[in-house]
Amino acid sequence: MEKPTIENVLADLQQHFGSNILSLEQAYDFSVVHTTKENIVPILRYLHDHETFRFQYLTTACGLHFPDSTKPFGMMYQVHSLTTNLRLRFKAFTTANDLSFDTLTTVFPAANWMEREAFDFFGFQFKGHPNLKRILNVEDMDYHPLRKEYPIEDATRYDKDDTLFGRRPAGYDPKRLQS
Amino acid sequence: MSEIITPPKFEVAPTPPGFEGPGFFATTLDKAVGLARKNSLWPLPFATSCCGIEFMATMASHYDFARFGSERLSFSPRQADLLMVMGTIAKKMAPVLRQVYEQMAEPRWVLSVGACASSGGIFDTYSVLQGIDHIIPVDVYVPGCPPRPEQIIDGVLNIQKLVGEESLRRRNSPEYKQLLASYGIE
Amino acid sequence: MKTTFENTVPTPEKEYSILNLGPTHPATHGIFQNVLKMDGEIIVDAEPTIGYIHRAFEKLAEHKPFYQITPITDRMNYCSSPINNMGWHMTVEKLIGAELPKRVEYMRVIVMELARIADHIICNSVIGVDTGAMTGFLYVFQWREFIYEIYEELCGARLTTNVGRIGGFERDFSETAWRKIDHLLKELPAGLKEFENLLVRNRIFMDRTINCGPISAERALQYSFSGPNLRAAGVDYDVRVMNPYSSYQDFEFDIPVGTNGDTYDRFMVRQEEMWQSLSIIRQAIDKMNKLEDKKSFHADIPSFYLPPKEDVYNNMEALIYHFKIVMGETDVPKGEVYHCVEGGNGELGFYLISDGGRQPFRLHFRRPCYIYYQAYPEMIKGSFLSDAVLTMSSMNVIAGELDA
Repeated sequence: MEKPTIENVLADLQQHFGSNILSLEQAYDFSVVHTTKENIVPILRYLHDHETFRFQYLTTACGLHFPDSTKPFGMMYQVHSLTTNLRLRFKAFTTANDLSFDTLTTVFPAANWMEREAFDFFGFQFKGHPNLKRILNVEDMDYHPLRKEYPIEDATRYDKDDTLFGRRPAGYDPKRLQS
Repeated sequence: MSEIITPPKFEVAPTPPGFEGPGFFATTLDKAVGLARKNSLWPLPFATSCCGIEFMATMASHYDFARFGSERLSFSPRQADLLMVMGTIAKKMAPVLRQVYEQMAEPRWVLSVGACASSGGIFDTYSVLQGIDHIIPVDVYVPGCPPRPEQIIDGVLNIQKLVGEESLRRRNSPEYKQLLASYGIE
Repeated sequence: MKTTFENTVPTPEKEYSILNLGPTHPATHGIFQNVLKMDGEIIVDAEPTIGYIHRAFEKLAEHKPFYQITPITDRMNYCSSPINNMGWHMTVEKLIGAELPKRVEYMRVIVMELARIADHIICNSVIGVDTGAMTGFLYVFQWREFIYEIYEELCGARLTTNVGRIGGFERDFSETAWRKIDHLLKELPAGLKEFENLLVRNRIFMDRTINCGPISAERALQYSFSGPNLRAAGVDYDVRVMNPYSSYQDFEFDIPVGTNGDTYDRFMVRQEEMWQSLSIIRQAIDKMNKLEDKKSFHADIPSFYLPPKEDVYNNMEALIYHFKIVMGETDVPKGEVYHCVEGGNGELGFYLISDGGRQPFRLHFRRPCYIYYQAYPEMIKGSFLSDAVLTMSSMNVIAGELDA
C-alpha cells in the first residue's frame, strides 16, 4: 500500500480522538496538534502502537512558558516515524497551579530524562515517573530557572555593576560593591 | 636567501646565579630547588569543556607539552603539583574542585585556563561560577576562548617562572596563611 | 547522596559495594558522575549524575540576538562546532524563509564534513587511549591540527569556530583554504589507513571491544538513539538521508551500519564514516567546479546579512540595513520552527519559537548526547568496570552537549 501522508495521520487522529484534539496548526513544515494534558499519553501510545504509522521514535520533549496567556505552561512533544518518515508535534498547555502531567516513560523510555529536564527547568510534575528529581541544576535549588520571571544571571552575585548596562537586578545592593 | 639566519640562543634550563669552581657549583637552596621543581611539574588536567580539547591538542605531538617536564599527567590530586583548571566550572562542580584542591599537597600551583575558569567567560548565568578564584587561589590566568596551545604553554611558562623564583619559606609565611584563610582553606 | 537502586533485588548472601566513578576521573572525558553498585568487579547497577557543566544555554539564548547565539551553539558539541553553527543558521533561515545559492550549500557541506571527520578522529583515538593505545591518538591528532588550520583560514578560530553567518559565510574560501583542503584530501587517507592498521584488526583491541557495552536496535530506538551509536546497533537512520538539508540529496554516500551495537561496531562505524566524509568533500569540490556561479558566498537577504563595510561607508541603503540589523530593528517573522542536522553524535535539533523580537522567545536544543546517555546504565549492566569506561568513551559523550 502507498505510504501514508501526514493528512492521513491527522484524519485518523481526528476520527479516534475527536473532541480531545483542540486544534491543528501548520508551523512551517510541521503539523502541530494541540490537545489537553490528559490526552497526551493516550494519543502518543495510540500512534506508537499503530501498525501503519508507527510513530515509535520520540525526537524531543520540552517545556514552554508563555507568561501572557491564560494557560501559560505547556509541554511540547515531537514524534517521528522512521518507517514512513513523518514527523508530528504535540502541545498541551495548562495553568500554573496544575502542572502535573502523566509520564511518557511507559511508552518511550527516552522520555525519562526529557521529563526530568522539564521538571528541573519549569516545575512540571510527571505522575508515575521513576526518578523525578533535578537533573541539570544543583539538587537543592529552590526555583525553576527557565520560567520567564527569573533573570539569567545569578541574583546573589555582587561584582557586576548592572547600572552600567541599564539594568537593576533583584536583590542588588550597590553598597556590596564597595566592600 | 642571502643572509644566514642564526636562531636565538635559548637556554632551556639556565643555571641560577651562583659561584662556580672546578667540580662544584654553589647557589642558594631555594634556587636549586626551584630549578628542579619548575622543570618537572606534574599537572592535574582538570578539563571540563572546550579548553580541555585544546589541552589535548597541546599534549599531542604538534605542540608537545611533555617537553616542559609534564610528561606524567597525574589524575590523582595527591600526586600532582599543578592544578590546571580548563573549562567552565558550574556551581554544581565547585565543591568538587574545592575538594580536589584541598587534597593536593604543598607546594601546589593553580593555572586557570580559559575565560570560563578565569571569570565565568561568556556564561554570565545562574549556574556558572564566575571565576574559580571565588573558591581557590589562582596563580596564573590564561585568557582565551579557548586559548591557543601557544597561550596555554605561555601560561605554564609563567607558572615555571613563579616556581623557580619562589622562596622556600613561602608556604609557611603569614601572608600565604592569610591568603588560604581568606578562602576558608586550613 | 540518595541513590535509587530499587530495580535490583539484592540476594541475601551477596553484599554489593558502591563505587563512585566520580565527576573528575581520567577515564570520563568530560565531567559526569556514575555511582556504581558492584558485585566484585561486575557492575550490577549504575546511577548517572550530570549537570556538572550546566551553563544554561537555553536560558542564555533567550537573551541574545540571533546572530549572537552562534557562539553558544559552538560550545555544545565542541569537537565538531561547525556542524552546530550551520544547524543553527539553517534553523533561522528556515524561519525567515531564505533561499541559499547552491554554491553556498556545497561550501556548507564541505565545512560540516570536515567537522565530522574531526569529531570522529577524537572519538576513535580516545577509544584507543582507553584501551591503552596512546600511539593512535598522537599520530591522528596531527590531522586534527590540519583541520584546525583549515578552520583558521575560513573563520579565524581553531576549535569554537563561530563559522558562517545567517545566510551563508562571512567571506569566500580563500586560495590558501582550497590549497589546504586539497592537501588534506591527498594526505589524510594515508594517515587514516595507518591508524586503521594499528587498531582495526588488532587482536587485543578486538578482544577488548567486541561485546563491550552492547545495545540492541530495538532498545536503542526506544531510547531515541541517533547517529553513529544507533547505526552501530543496526538501524540506518541518518538525518542527511531522511530529511536532507543543504543539498545533501545531491551527494552519493553510504551509511555504514553495524550489527551488535557494541564498542567495536561504534568504532568501525565512525571509522567508515570518516571515509564517506572524505568522499563527500571530493564530490562537493567537483560539483562546485561545475557550477557557473563561482563567487557567491551568501544569500541575498539584506535584512539579516550584514552588508560589506565599503558599502556601509559609501551607500546610504547599506548603512540603513547595517543599523537595522545591529540594533535589532529588522522584522523577524513570528512562528516556531524545528530543524535538525546530522551532528557528530546524531540528530542535533533546534526548536525555535520566535515572537517577532530581536531574541528568540524559546530555544530548545535537541541534544543527542543527553538523550542517548540515559541508556548507559543499561548498557553496562553485567560488565566489568573497565568495559564500562570503554563504553562511555565509545558513545562519544561530550559534556558540553550533555548538559548545555
